[in-house]
Amino acid sequence: MTANTADKTAAEPGRFPLVLGLDTFGDRTHDGQDRPLSHAQAIRNVVEEGVLADQVGADFFGIGEHHTDDFPMPAGDVVLSAIAARTSRIRLGSAVTVLSSDDPVRVFQRYSTLNAVSGGRAEVILGRGSSIDSFPLFGYDLADYEELFEEKAGLFAELLKGGPVTWQGKTRSSLYQQDVVPHLESGPFPAWIGVGGSPQSVIRAAKYGYSLMLAIIGGNPIRFAPFSELFGRALERFGRPALPVGVHSPGHVAATDEQAREEFWPRYQQLIRSVAKTRGFAVPTEDSFRSEVGPHGALFVGSPETVAQKIAANLTSLGASRFDLKYGMGGLSHEALMTNIELYGTKVIPRVRELLGEQA
Amino acid sequence: MSAGTAALPRIAVLGAGHSGPVIARVALDAGYPVSIAASGDPAEIELIAAVLVPEAKPRWAADAVAEADLVVLAIPLHKLATLDPALVADRLVIDVMNYWPVVDGVLQMFEDRSRGSSEIVQERLPGSTVVKTLNHIGYHEIEDDRRPAGSPDRRALGVAADDPDARDVVADLVARIGYDPVRLDGLRSGRALQPGGPVFGAALSRPEFETAVRGSAASSLPPAGVNGRT
Repeated sequence: MTANTADKTAAEPGRFPLVLGLDTFGDRTHDGQDRPLSHAQAIRNVVEEGVLADQVGADFFGIGEHHTDDFPMPAGDVVLSAIAARTSRIRLGSAVTVLSSDDPVRVFQRYSTLNAVSGGRAEVILGRGSSIDSFPLFGYDLADYEELFEEKAGLFAELLKGGPVTWQGKTRSSLYQQDVVPHLESGPFPAWIGVGGSPQSVIRAAKYGYSLMLAIIGGNPIRFAPFSELFGRALERFGRPALPVGVHSPGHVAATDEQAREEFWPRYQQLIRSVAKTRGFAVPTEDSFRSEVGPHGALFVGSPETVAQKIAANLTSLGASRFDLKYGMGGLSHEALMTNIELYGTKVIPRVRELLGEQA
Repeated sequence: MSAGTAALPRIAVLGAGHSGPVIARVALDAGYPVSIAASGDPAEIELIAAVLVPEAKPRWAADAVAEADLVVLAIPLHKLATLDPALVADRLVIDVMNYWPVVDGVLQMFEDRSRGSSEIVQERLPGSTVVKTLNHIGYHEIEDDRRPAGSPDRRALGVAADDPDARDVVADLVARIGYDPVRLDGLRSGRALQPGGPVFGAALSRPEFETAVRGSAASSLPPAGVNGRT
């Protein structure tokens, strides 16, 4: 195959079904008096949000692993199980699982269990995200991140094949003809690698046969377009079949553009301010926020029409067949998030399907 | 802008991660001859180069450096310990790396906070002339935020070096890429460009940048006039 055919393959519309999902990091919601809810209540709210996502027609509900007071969500698979028990259609997965600081065998066991409980609706997205708190918590050195991820992604790919696993590496004990349960009922569940900006991570996803989730949280999404092409060509190079490309981006949907921005900006600013303080970078200005919310930015904030137009445009230009909106922001109320989810399911999703020429 | 583009220095970018390919691309756009190398066989980065920087030739690091005047060091900082200093000896090395322990983990070699990370890189590469720049702009902004000279929204980037001639060469590169270079006196002044410093991750015009840096004890600007032109 020539490079040209590969390009067409990667961007060929309709090759993979369009998937429109929602992700949360378990952002701690506030009550009517703007007081943070307890961790327990915030978690129960996420269960309700997942159930609503199913009811309004979202294709996927993902929970990203976090370990902080603002994001008390270290065991998303347990929460997903509760959602599974109350739903029958929506797919459920991690977004992301911090594989480097976890044991791939345990991750497989937990999500294979979720797959059993949910009747085959489990997925995983593996990566690092921007969450780094699990490393000291579980006794890993952040400086070993690359080696840990490389090895564990390799082992997880072996586990997904089903059947006894033989594996040897430096980051955990060896396995010899190890039967890992629960067995998969009907082949491997979907597994993705979440990629920020590193082309070497794109190659790695292709090498092990993972689908590619582009985590686009700042700057112009179009810069990721070459990554789709790189992924398609790398899959070809490794002799693998074509696999889908997805996009994960943060945002907030409300009745109008103005309302969405007014609800989101102060909370977003607060979050970035606190991260900026810890990590030592400049706090973004309201100007930069306006640019991120605009057509060439990475924040999907606005009315259903604005957000739908932006999703459709980006899926097309990035050669992607899936979009997961990371909804919510610490400090917003559970009610605002429920409205966001409802608008996303009832207005944004049908509109994106329409814009991309699919039947609603 | 100075001179024509006939004799622009040749650039070797070491690193094919987040920032290496982006820097290679904007340098190519600015008219520089560019090659790119990772730590191993060029075959391993052939696809990355072909898709992301088709005009940059993937090379073995030693070959890329041998034919280059400027070396852009865009490797993960913890890999510096495995870089043979002889590889880049007698070269002008542009250090775009950061010591960012909260994000990348603690590295003992860089834990002496009284010194800037580029000062430690210089110490580790005694035969090279190290210049610090491009570390304080997000790799995801480098392409989009370029502007022609004189644009009202052109961003400034700091260029810190002990050697004023090397600093001028790199300042010229920064200007040709599409940013206003602000020269800082000494690699030591590069501390102002680091995480936690006043300009890290900030989109600032030249006057704003100079004010921010002047307010920082970590840096000193050269005499008036040195930064007055592009």
